[in-house]
Amino acid sequence: MSSQPRRRQLEIQEIGDVTVVAFTDRKILDEQNIQSIGEQLYSLVDDAGRRKLVLNFAKVEYLSSAALGKLITLNKKLQAVKGRLALCNIAPDIFEVFEITGLKKVFNIYKTEQDALQSF
Amino acid sequence: MNASASWDGMAWLTGATAAERIIPSVIAEAHRVQQEILELLKQNSFSDRDIFAVKLAVEEAVVNAIRHGNQSDPDKKVRIAYQVTTDAFAIRICDEGCGFDPDAVPDPTQEENLEKPSGRGLLLMRYYMNEVRFLDGGTTVLMFKRRGSS
Repeated sequence: MSSQPRRRQLEIQEIGDVTVVAFTDRKILDEQNIQSIGEQLYSLVDDAGRRKLVLNFAKVEYLSSAALGKLITLNKKLQAVKGRLALCNIAPDIFEVFEITGLKKVFNIYKTEQDALQSF
Repeated sequence: MNASASWDGMAWLTGATAAERIIPSVIAEAHRVQQEILELLKQNSFSDRDIFAVKLAVEEAVVNAIRHGNQSDPDKKVRIAYQVTTDAFAIRICDEGCGFDPDAVPDPTQEENLEKPSGRGLLLMRYYMNEVRFLDGGTTVLMFKRRGSS
């Protein structure tokens, strides 16, 4: 879509058989960025075959409903291949968005990355 | 300004301090206006929580206008009028689409809708703003937030 070089938006780390993905920019989950972030996340499951994913929200200060949509699709993709998604380090303002939308009960949400890793 | 329940959004937004921007249906253009608004809120010492609320509600409303209203047609315009005072924030966003019935939008928190990837914008706008009103068959939305309210 854009011809500009893509700034790195995700930091990906393998810890055992779990893939930990950290968002690198605090505003990364807004409408302008969410399309490419979604594609990169889906590709981890569809192309790279990852089945256990942790998303670390430590640097995220904002997310819109479009981002929630991407997370829901990612969660479904993982469930479809018997994988699992865990979210962690979600700031209170962002966590409230998960509460308002009822998505708190759809996602596996943990306080810390360690807690998320131990859940697998 | 008395930010009471009898707020008349239209009258308020035609006041002397209101700003109006007319932009093509392009997300990057909308973001420039959103940045202006956030800067004004900061200058008026709104809290981080208020700024988060306005940012989220405005993003949802603007994206609705561009994507659902104007179908991302860059020839169609979005008109954004907004006002920030020390007490409150108000915005009016108009698109050139066919409109919609906000009451017909399914409740995204219902069990059967919970895992649908879209349909949460209105819920978030209503949660974070004190008032959200749709006019002109859904092509115009007015939103209002008092400072420090949740």
